[in-house]
Amino acid sequence: MSTRDPSLFAKRKRANAIGLTFSITAMLIGMAFLLWILAILLWNGFSAISPSLFFASTPAPGTDGGGLANAIVGSLMMVFFCAFFSTPIGILAGIYLSEYGENNKFSEVTRFVTDIMLSAPSIVIGLFVYAIIVYNVKHFSGWAGTVALSLIAIPVVVRTTENMLKLVPTTLREAAFALGAPKWKVSMSVVLRAAKSGVITGVLLAIARVSGETAPLLFTALNNQFFSTNMNAPMANLPVVIFQFAMSPYDNWVSLAWGGALLITFTVLGLNILARVLLREKVSV
Amino acid sequence: MEAALSNNAVNPQVLSIARQQRVLDRVFKYSTQFFALSVLLTLLGIIASLIFNAAPALSKFGFGFFTTVEWDIINGEFGGLIAIYGTVITSVIALLIAVPLSFGIAVFLTEMCPQALKRPLGTAVEILAAVPSIIYGMFGLFIFAPLFAKYIQPVLAGTFGQIPGLGIFFSGAFNGIGILCAGLILAMMVLPFIASVMRDVFEIVPPVLKESAYGIGCTTWEVVKNVVLPYTKTGVIGGIMLGLGRALGETMAVTFVIGNAHKISPSLFAPGNSIASTLANEFGEAEVGLHYSSLFALGLALFVITFVVLTLAKIMLMRMEANQGAKT
Repeated sequence: MSTRDPSLFAKRKRANAIGLTFSITAMLIGMAFLLWILAILLWNGFSAISPSLFFASTPAPGTDGGGLANAIVGSLMMVFFCAFFSTPIGILAGIYLSEYGENNKFSEVTRFVTDIMLSAPSIVIGLFVYAIIVYNVKHFSGWAGTVALSLIAIPVVVRTTENMLKLVPTTLREAAFALGAPKWKVSMSVVLRAAKSGVITGVLLAIARVSGETAPLLFTALNNQFFSTNMNAPMANLPVVIFQFAMSPYDNWVSLAWGGALLITFTVLGLNILARVLLREKVSV
Repeated sequence: MEAALSNNAVNPQVLSIARQQRVLDRVFKYSTQFFALSVLLTLLGIIASLIFNAAPALSKFGFGFFTTVEWDIINGEFGGLIAIYGTVITSVIALLIAVPLSFGIAVFLTEMCPQALKRPLGTAVEILAAVPSIIYGMFGLFIFAPLFAKYIQPVLAGTFGQIPGLGIFFSGAFNGIGILCAGLILAMMVLPFIASVMRDVFEIVPPVLKESAYGIGCTTWEVVKNVVLPYTKTGVIGGIMLGLGRALGETMAVTFVIGNAHKISPSLFAPGNSIASTLANEFGEAEVGLHYSSLFALGLALFVITFVVLTLAKIMLMRMEANQGAKT
């Protein structure tokens, strides 16, 4: 049997060509999906973008016009408060895991659980917040929505903070210790400051993640047909409005849903790209 | 000399600062630990509240809850089989499609892509992962489902539908929305997740291993099949499990296109329901009672299934990381 069997060579070449063609096709399919979705969003959403989208509240069933002002403000408020609470909590927990959690069981378990929470079904988070907050205070509220979003955002901040702090060279810490700085000062003013842009990236990614979350808001913030800035009452928000309007039989509602979808997607993608740009600067330095 | 040293050390001002800082250090450590603990407590809280609220339904129906088809809100008969079946079958369809495609994308990005395109294409895949799930849902309902009903379903029925035994899966009306459509939209959603994990693990294969294979005359495909894949096996499986975890718990993308019908049918064209879509549709209107509790029982089932899948994924990926040091 010759090792230079030409048919074997041809077979190997063929297998290679098939495999590589498949890979290129897969990449093309993936990119086609992305472009398709973005094109559809622009196509359907752009016609809904008008001043009234930002200044008028959601229309009542069967009435013309209207906008998403109440939903935009509601989403902004809930996401703002979510960032306000989850940033410090996430960063401090991340500091613990990075600065104190070298080799102990507790931080190992916490790390593991955080990773699970990163991918846990968001609708179950909604159920949980309903059971502990909405059920007890007997009404839906913007605060309940904020809590649900925070539970999703915190693990994102914890994990990125920990990873970014671990990139800070140990020598930097040792230099600060040698000057007699106590550990809390080293952690806050040296390590955290050195990893600043990385940590901000984590916060941006968390905000991007919760901005588009719908499922946890269905049973917590619910929706509000009217303009309201009361965090203690049911609150309109873009994702739930999109969900309800897209499933509705009214044409102007469906059009508004596309407008909202366009807004949300480009906000989320914009935040993601911003986070990546920040991170790239950090890594190249 | 020693006296001088100790004299210095007892300087009361220095000592009080040191003492103060020691207290602050301890406060800092415990407060950060407290926040780390809060993540743990949240998980325990979720499990406890699900079990607590699901208890009435589970004690009434017993384990049979998970094997009963009945979901009768009026007569108070509840079983979770339809929703569990819908969740599992849509996720399986999603993986069957997404895994080979993700593999292709990862191979392209790591082995074939021109250097200049690597970053933009890699970012594009990650951008696809960042698109909110509700957008996939809308896209599926308004754009994909009508096209699917018009062009793909007749073809499937005409080919696979004619094969004896297999035909039953591809029978029925061409509605577009249904189990198969939900599986396809889910596939699009989990594709970027799996692809980016696979790309990351492919990238840690030491270049020396690949170069030696190329050196003895292997083709690119043979390098992928015989060097890269065996080296990254656990990581690849971990990535697939991660995608499965995502697919099982996905709510919005599925709710839009699964049809939301409490029916179980062998045909993949038929509408159905998943756990997440049942919760999204019914929980808002459920009165506290058996229906409410049954929905929590479904939530509990979903949480337990995804927890197990994600734990396995995590273990696989950790093993991959641990091996990386040992092998290089």
